[in-house]
Amino acid sequence: MFGALELGLIYGAMALGVYLTFKVLNFPDLTVDGSFTTGGATAASLIIAGVNPFLATLAAIGAGLIAGYITGLLHTKGGIDGLLAGILTMIGLWSINLRIMGKANLPLLREDTVFTPLRENMWLGTWVSIAVLLIFTLILKFAIDWFLTTDLGLAIQANGNNRQMIRSLGVNTDNTTMLTLALSNGFVALCGALIAQYQGFSDISMGIGLILVGLASVILGQAVFGSRNIFMASLGALMGSVIYRLIIFLALRAGLDTNDMKLTTALLVVVALLLPRWGFLKRVPSLRSRGNRAASGAVPADDPANAAGAQVPAGTVDVPAGATDVPAGTSARTAGTAAASDQKED
Amino acid sequence: MLKIDTISKTFFPGTVNERKALQNLSLELEESDFVTVIGSNGAGKSTLLNTISGRLPIDSGSITIDGAEVSRMPEYKRAKYLGRVFQDPMAGTAPDLTIEQNLSLALKRGKARGLGRGTTSARRDLFRDELATLELGLENRLKTKVGLLSGGQRQALSLLMAGFTQPRILLLDEHTAALDPQRAALVTDLTQKIVSHDGLTTLMVTHNMEQAIALGNRLIMMHEGEIIYQASAEEKKTLTVKTLLGEFSKLKGATLGDRALLN
Repeated sequence: MFGALELGLIYGAMALGVYLTFKVLNFPDLTVDGSFTTGGATAASLIIAGVNPFLATLAAIGAGLIAGYITGLLHTKGGIDGLLAGILTMIGLWSINLRIMGKANLPLLREDTVFTPLRENMWLGTWVSIAVLLIFTLILKFAIDWFLTTDLGLAIQANGNNRQMIRSLGVNTDNTTMLTLALSNGFVALCGALIAQYQGFSDISMGIGLILVGLASVILGQAVFGSRNIFMASLGALMGSVIYRLIIFLALRAGLDTNDMKLTTALLVVVALLLPRWGFLKRVPSLRSRGNRAASGAVPADDPANAAGAQVPAGTVDVPAGATDVPAGTSARTAGTAAASDQKED
Repeated sequence: MLKIDTISKTFFPGTVNERKALQNLSLELEESDFVTVIGSNGAGKSTLLNTISGRLPIDSGSITIDGAEVSRMPEYKRAKYLGRVFQDPMAGTAPDLTIEQNLSLALKRGKARGLGRGTTSARRDLFRDELATLELGLENRLKTKVGLLSGGQRQALSLLMAGFTQPRILLLDEHTAALDPQRAALVTDLTQKIVSHDGLTTLMVTHNMEQAIALGNRLIMMHEGEIIYQASAEEKKTLTVKTLLGEFSKLKGATLGDRALLN
C-alpha cells in the first residue's frame, strides 16, 4: 500500500508531463515511452560513473528536454503529423538509450541515489517518504500552475485551444509547441530517473506502454477532480497517478498477475473513455474528442460562476450578474453545438 | 499607412482549377481611413485581407504598413501592426480560457511574452473599463470561460481584443455575417464606436451593402480579383444601394450572391 502510494507520487511527475502535452497543448505525444527510459538510462549511467545522483537527475531532465524538442522540430518545421513525429522519436530513442546504458540493464546496487537518505533511515515505505514525495510533486505541480498563468503560459494554453487566434496575436506557434513538448518530456525523463533510482536499476524496456499509464492518470484524475481550472486539472493529473497505482495494487491483490497489468491499464483507459458515452459519469468532460472545446460548452453547469449565477436568488450576492447569467447559460449550449460543428469543419 | 502595390495571388496555378484571386490590385489607405469592401462571392475580398495579414503569401507585388515592407514577413510577426476579427465568432477567442485571460493575450499582441503574471490586478482594472464600453455586462464576468458566451458576445469580445491595443490597421472579415440580425446590429454599432474612438485605420469586408454604405469613409467594390469601383469620402455620402447595384449590373456575367441581394 505504501509502496503503491510512493510509486503513484513518483509517476505523478510523468502524469504532469503528459497533462502538458495531451490536455494543454492538445497534442498526443508518444515520445514519452522513449524519453522515460532516456531519463532512467542517463541518470543510472551517470550515477555508476560516480556523478552526484542529484546532478545525474538534472542531466536526465536535460536529456528529456532534448528528446521533446526533437519531436517538436519534426512536427513543426518538418510538418510531420504529431503522432508519427512522437513515434519516430520514440523508436529512435531506443537505440540511443542502449548506447547510453551500454547494455540492456544497469543495476544500481550499492550506488548512492537520491533515495539513499530515505533508505538509510528506513523511511521508505512509511509516511515520511510519502510526505517527502508529496511535497516534491506538489512543488512540480505548482510550478506548472504558475508557468501556465504567465504571459508565455497563456500563449501555450491558447496554442492548444485556438491556434489561428494566437497566431493572429503574434505568437510563433512553432516555438511554443516545441517548448511545451520539451518541458513535458523533461518531466517524463525526471520521472524515469527517479523510478530507476527507486527500483535500483535502469532497464531498456522500462518505458514501454507508459504513455497509456500517463493517459490513464490524466483521465482518472479528470474524472475525480474535473478540469474547471489549471489548479484542479494539474492536481487531477497528479492524484490520478496515485489512484491508478492504487487500482493496480488492488488488481494485484485480487489475484491478477503482473503480466496482466498492461491489459488492465488499457481496459481502464477504455472504460474511462466509454463510460461518459454510455451516460455514466456525465460530468466527465469527454476525452474522446480530444480537446474539450465541445465538452466545455456541453456541460455549462460545470462552470461554478454560471451555475451559481443561475441559482442565486435575487437579492443576495451580485444580482445583475446573476440575472445576466441565466440567458448566458442557455446561449452557452448553442455556443457548444456551434463549437462542435466548427470542429467538424476542421 | 497601408500601401498595397500591384499584388497578385493565384490559387492552384497551372492546373485546371487555377483561380486568379487577386490581379495586380493596388490600394492605399491613409491614417484613420475606414474602407468597406464589397463584392460577389469569390471576388477576392477575403483573400485580400488574408494576404495583408500574412496568412496567404502573395505571388508578386508589395505590401507596406507604416513604411515597413511586410510582404515577406510571417503572419505572427505582422501581428504587431494588425488587429483582426474573423467571420467565425469562434475563431477570435480561446474558448477554454477566461475572458480576462483572452484579453491578456490580446494585450500582448506582437510583443515578447515572458514569465510575468498574465492577469494582474492592474490589467483587470483596465479590462473592466474596456469591457464596460461593450455594455454587455461582461465586466462582471472576467473569470468566465469564453466558451460559455454566445456567438454575439464572443464576437464583441473579439472586436474589443482586436481594437483596444490600437493596432496600426484593423482588419474585419465579414465579422457580422455569422450572427443573427439583432446581434449583427449590435456588433456593427460596436465596430463604429471602437473605430471612431481611436481613429483606427480599418479595412472591413462585408456582404451587406447597407452596412458598407453606413460605415466608414470610403468604399471599394471588388470583382474577380480587381477593384472595379471606388467611392471617395465625398461620393460615399450620397451613395445608395441602388447606385451600387447599378455599378454591379454594368459587369457582364457578374451575379450577386443571394445573401447580398437579401440584404
